[in-house]
Amino acid sequence: MYPLVSQSLSLGYDGKLIINNLDLNIPEARITVFVGSNGCGKSTLLKSFARLLKPQQGSVLLDGEAIQKQSTRQVAKKLAILPQGPAAPEGLTVYQLVQQGRYPHQGWLQQWSEEDERVVNRALKSTDMHELMHRTVDSLSGGQRQRAWIAMTLAQDTNILLLDEPTTYLDLTHQIEILDLLYDLNERENKTIVMVLHDLNLACRYAHHIVAVNNRTVYTQGLPERVITEKTVKDVFHLDCHITQDPLFGTPMCIPHGKGRHVREKAKRTDKNSQDTYEAAVA
Amino acid sequence: MLRSFRSYQLLIALLMLATAFSASIVLGQTSISLKTAYQAFTQYDPTVIDHIIITTTRLSRALTAIFVGSALAVAGALMQALTRNPLASPGILGINAGALFGIVLSATLFSVASLQYYVWIAFTGAGIAGGMVYCLGAIGRDGLTPVKLVLAGAAITALFVSFTQGLLVVNQEGLDSILFWLAGSVAGRSLEIITPVLPFITLMLVASLLLGRHINILISGEDVARGLGQRTVMMKWLMGLIVVGLAGSAVAIAGNIAFVGLIVPHMARAMFGTDYRWMLPGCAMLGATLLLAADIMARFLIMPQEVPIGVMTALLGTPFFIFLARRGMTSGKKREVQYG
Repeated sequence: MYPLVSQSLSLGYDGKLIINNLDLNIPEARITVFVGSNGCGKSTLLKSFARLLKPQQGSVLLDGEAIQKQSTRQVAKKLAILPQGPAAPEGLTVYQLVQQGRYPHQGWLQQWSEEDERVVNRALKSTDMHELMHRTVDSLSGGQRQRAWIAMTLAQDTNILLLDEPTTYLDLTHQIEILDLLYDLNERENKTIVMVLHDLNLACRYAHHIVAVNNRTVYTQGLPERVITEKTVKDVFHLDCHITQDPLFGTPMCIPHGKGRHVREKAKRTDKNSQDTYEAAVA
Repeated sequence: MLRSFRSYQLLIALLMLATAFSASIVLGQTSISLKTAYQAFTQYDPTVIDHIIITTTRLSRALTAIFVGSALAVAGALMQALTRNPLASPGILGINAGALFGIVLSATLFSVASLQYYVWIAFTGAGIAGGMVYCLGAIGRDGLTPVKLVLAGAAITALFVSFTQGLLVVNQEGLDSILFWLAGSVAGRSLEIITPVLPFITLMLVASLLLGRHINILISGEDVARGLGQRTVMMKWLMGLIVVGLAGSAVAIAGNIAFVGLIVPHMARAMFGTDYRWMLPGCAMLGATLLLAADIMARFLIMPQEVPIGVMTALLGTPFFIFLARRGMTSGKKREVQYG
């Protein structure tokens, strides 16, 4: 079962074609990560999955039904999206921000219900924002702020969560904190998560399904350890690299070639036993 | 608890408004006692001069100040939400310039001189300018964006201002008739002239209050709002229509009164917070109070003459504007750092 499907989807604007005739299935209750070079259209693709962008041709199916035929509010009840680098209005508190997530569930005059309150509290709790709920969003650190925004999308109470570069502008500690949170949400609540990530190594670690976007279409997709190869990185990112195993997780790890200081003597580009040689050299 | 605290604040604002209203009725060149003022409404006596002053000039003047003040303040708050720019005000939508052009055009070409017609002509001019800004701002792929709206507003304002200046160069007699609109005033409007506009302003104010919750969503950003299921295009059109309606009618009955639409939303935000459900009613009351107070001060500053109220609000508003711009600059810097 695929909750999000694109059928011969073409996207673009100003006469420029960005995604051409793409068929893509997003697996349910899995973490899917889009990777690709800057401007390859991965964010555009994510936006079209959230109905923020009208396709030029083809369609996106949400729960088997064309997303363009569903109302914005219907879509917002099934799918939440966190755009890149969202900015909260000055003075807004975390609690107020998370309350906004209930918007699609309320009518024009409908009052705040107990159900709303319960879902908001649960969202605050699962993002660990409970103690910060009365702080203003602009007073938080980058990682906390991103957690507050994720709490807002959780308050939408949807099965599908789309995130456009949720770790951008965050330091490494906070990147891991956010990705761990999303991983937990997938494990605990079986949420279908689709996100755009820049860091290929982190993408390989957290994704069940990785989608490499290049040249207006999907270059390859699948389990990261199967599809992330030196050739993939070369073709998608135009980068020469060496793929090894993450020493902690065993997931693919990409080590780019290029310039820099060589500490190890006689380093060879395709040395298979680089780790051993390095240790030997240091010893 | 927070909710009741805010209710108290709104109550205080209401009390301030009531005080300003009473002061506006009794204070002036002829001071009138509160008791006499009360009697003017309960047991009107056409032989008492004070009663006549109240019913013919003071009351209409106070009502004009209340409606114009709240209309401008709420229009300003909506503009700031619509453009996501804290320095925005209805003036940048070209509304004042459009109204002014309408008046000069009708005065020079068609020799219209009646105040009553002016009101409607100003309103039409404001509507046309607002509509042009909207159509111009909506061209292009991403529809109405704040930046395009502001640019279109600046362009249309420049267009109408130069039309107006051109007409005035050709026909200098027209200058007198527009001085009133240039400086702005709440005096000299009889109840008969303003009453047709009042229900319209009331309607627009109520409509804006109903939008409060939806505006809260919109100011979090276009994509966020759409992701939450808001029909943002419709929202923006609705808000734009209300701004044109409110600012247009304010300009039509009181001329070009600067700064109320700019500073009152900030005062209201400082008092009531960013939640538009509370901020908008606060805005309406503060705007009315400010304009009443400015009008009272205008009567006393160079007695027996009066300072035009537009000058008065500018005197009050300019220092505040500079303060705001400076603060906006520093907080803007902070934000840049936060987002790397």
